[in-house]
Amino acid sequence: MAAKTPSIRALSRYLLRPQTSLHSCCQHRTQRKPYSAAAGARLNGTVEYDTTSLLHHTSRSALANPELPADVRKGQTKRINLYTAVNEALRHALQTDERVLVFGEDIQFGGVFRCTMNLAADFGTERVFNTPLSEQGLVGFAIGAASEGMRPVAEIQFADYVFPAFDQIVNEAAKYRYRSGTTGVHCGGLVIRMPTGVVGHGALYHSQSPEALFAHTPGLRVVIPRSPTQAKGLLLSAIRTNDPVIFMEPKVLYRAAVEQVPVDAYHLPLDKAEVLKTGKDVTIVSYGTPLYTCSASIEAAEKDFGCSAELIDLRTIYPWDRETVLKSVKKTGRAIVVHESMMNAGVGAEVAATIQERAFLRLEAPVKRVTGWATHTGLIFEKFIIPDVTRVYDAIKKTIDY
Amino acid sequence: MLSRAIRRSFASPLRRNAFVPAGRPAFRMVTTDAASSHADKEAVPKEDDKPFEVRLSDESFETYELDPPPYTLSTTKAELKQMYYDMVAVRRMEMAADRLYKEKKIRGFCHLSTGQEAVAVGIEHAIEKTDHLITAYRCHGFALMRGGTVKSIIGELLGRRGGIAYGKGGSMHMFAPGFYGGNGIVGAQVPVGAGIAFAMKYNQKDAVTLALYGDGASNQGQVFEAFNMAKLWNLPVVFGCENNKYGMGTAASRSSALTDYYKRGQYIPGLKINGMDVLAVKAAVQYGKEWCREGKGPLVYEYVTYRYGGHSMSDPGTTYRTREEIQRMRSTNDPIAGLKQKLLDWGVVSEEELKAIDKEARSNVDAEVAEAEEMPIPDPTGKVLFEDIYVRGSEPEFMRGRIPEENFYYTEADMGNEQTPIART
Repeated sequence: MAAKTPSIRALSRYLLRPQTSLHSCCQHRTQRKPYSAAAGARLNGTVEYDTTSLLHHTSRSALANPELPADVRKGQTKRINLYTAVNEALRHALQTDERVLVFGEDIQFGGVFRCTMNLAADFGTERVFNTPLSEQGLVGFAIGAASEGMRPVAEIQFADYVFPAFDQIVNEAAKYRYRSGTTGVHCGGLVIRMPTGVVGHGALYHSQSPEALFAHTPGLRVVIPRSPTQAKGLLLSAIRTNDPVIFMEPKVLYRAAVEQVPVDAYHLPLDKAEVLKTGKDVTIVSYGTPLYTCSASIEAAEKDFGCSAELIDLRTIYPWDRETVLKSVKKTGRAIVVHESMMNAGVGAEVAATIQERAFLRLEAPVKRVTGWATHTGLIFEKFIIPDVTRVYDAIKKTIDY
Repeated sequence: MLSRAIRRSFASPLRRNAFVPAGRPAFRMVTTDAASSHADKEAVPKEDDKPFEVRLSDESFETYELDPPPYTLSTTKAELKQMYYDMVAVRRMEMAADRLYKEKKIRGFCHLSTGQEAVAVGIEHAIEKTDHLITAYRCHGFALMRGGTVKSIIGELLGRRGGIAYGKGGSMHMFAPGFYGGNGIVGAQVPVGAGIAFAMKYNQKDAVTLALYGDGASNQGQVFEAFNMAKLWNLPVVFGCENNKYGMGTAASRSSALTDYYKRGQYIPGLKINGMDVLAVKAAVQYGKEWCREGKGPLVYEYVTYRYGGHSMSDPGTTYRTREEIQRMRSTNDPIAGLKQKLLDWGVVSEEELKAIDKEARSNVDAEVAEAEEMPIPDPTGKVLFEDIYVRGSEPEFMRGRIPEENFYYTEADMGNEQTPIART
């Protein structure tokens, strides 16, 4: 923990530059990109967040989302980034439900990533407050409040800091309902938010994606949104559901991902994957930040090989939507799983095993995993460790040519 | 150093006082004498429900940054009899669990509280049903006092469907109105207790939360994290260390740099209590409840008590302490024998009446235990195995069994609706 203060400062300084106000987040074009292109690289260019098809650049495409309720689809949209979407979801939850509490380390002034900006001022420090730097204690505290009927949204400042609270999450939160039997005690109102994934230079303690650890625990729901629209709808569902939810926000997307988001509140399902692009030759399953990498790889591969790839966002890592994935793989006959965290016993293993178990006879090629390397994220090595466009492109080629 | 520590842990309180160096004010030690309270026989009324005063021993409490609770306690004959009944019932139930375990009917983990009955019973008589209690794994007595039945508790230990948690938790997992378990992870319930207290305060409920843990757990980091938050936010919580002198098989003095657990809150006032005297426990908890109600924030209590049995059933409890020590505590400091002696001395009950209470408690418990033994084992179905992992009706498509054929599809079973949590009051 000693390393915490300087690295947070460094990170927030980086992420806050240039100082953008809430409404001028489209200035991100001038921002330095976390993935800087190697000179002359054909595939590994910068991620084009302002043109990618994964984000809604127009109000019309944002409102065309069939998962939105009819009244929301008739409403307005606003161009915001991911941290603002999280902020709006929290704001809505605080407004509509007295039982909602928001707390965590340094969240009162807005938090390291500005997700809780102005919430303390608007809802009072009785409901939105700082906790001591004690992850285990604060998660235990949140479980206690939730078991008494509150709906706490606890923030862990970085997913890398969640480990002291691992016991509380796995042994208390996840098992509460099961072990209380007839007495029905549970802490379902609980949501634990945490920024996850690489950010450019987070190094060892600000880059990890520990979703697989939580995906190993029945009783928890693990959610990772890919965009502002998804973050808002999924977070509201996470707060509403009566199961404890681990909500992991890809921290590089907080500012980078900007899109038109419906102004009204809406809920997105916690048990459905989403097909982002249909295709017929290969299915690519991913979630969070690597979806943008996959999208770029698909674009290049389709142009170069004349194939057609289907892209699926898992959204909920656990319990996950096997049906959508299997339906797609049975159609395409090939599958690639892409995630940032390492391969060993990762989410990719679970997805690949399920595919071979349930769609074996339809497979034309082994299920491929493109993941982070099984090592620690050294400061300078980040872009070598996480899956990049070339690696996914190569995986598509190998899978199709198998 | 080591030998001194050992000697000290076995030295009698009196002897320890004798070693207080001259010039330092002699401080009182908390006694573990279960029969240390006093009442004038003449002052005890005839009526069962007429209050009268009992004077607690001067050695009932030690304080840390706190004025001691009043040394007089108002009680009634009916209440004293009920306390006696409750303690006998808890012990009888624990003895039944002991027997069933040895008969191999109860399997797995089982932690008995024989010897510590005065803590569970004293606390229950000081708080309301709307107050909240959360404790560690030695929880049978608390579950019974908070409103669980002997049948449902023993049924739980036996793994029966009719158990208090469907037989899925066993010894450490029991819930009741205002009772949040029964928690198996050492120390994990303490911050949870702080959270419950926060919810009480937030909802402006006039209730106190008691978060209990053992002397072993008191060295867990999260206990101190909970102290900090509770004091910081002025939460109505009384932390309580049940000091039974051994954390599993390690004597307190061998595990803790400071064995004055009531001082462990540092910035939180503390109180050390004779946890063998049910009346002292009641007086202390009443005081703590009032303290919290006045918005004065948290307290750290230490109930000095003793467990007669081992840490769990697999521990004979005699490898790290002498049989003489156990025997001495049993014969001179037993909470039930102590109260019994007082009840007779004060003329609250006659010997015959007392025997009748004993008999009633025992036969009630025995009858319920017999019923529990008759309860059927859970149906061997996927529904029973996989229910309550998620909110009923919102489960994922399926959960895995050992082989694909054993996978449980939620859609194929009627899981019913979400239950109302009974612990919330």
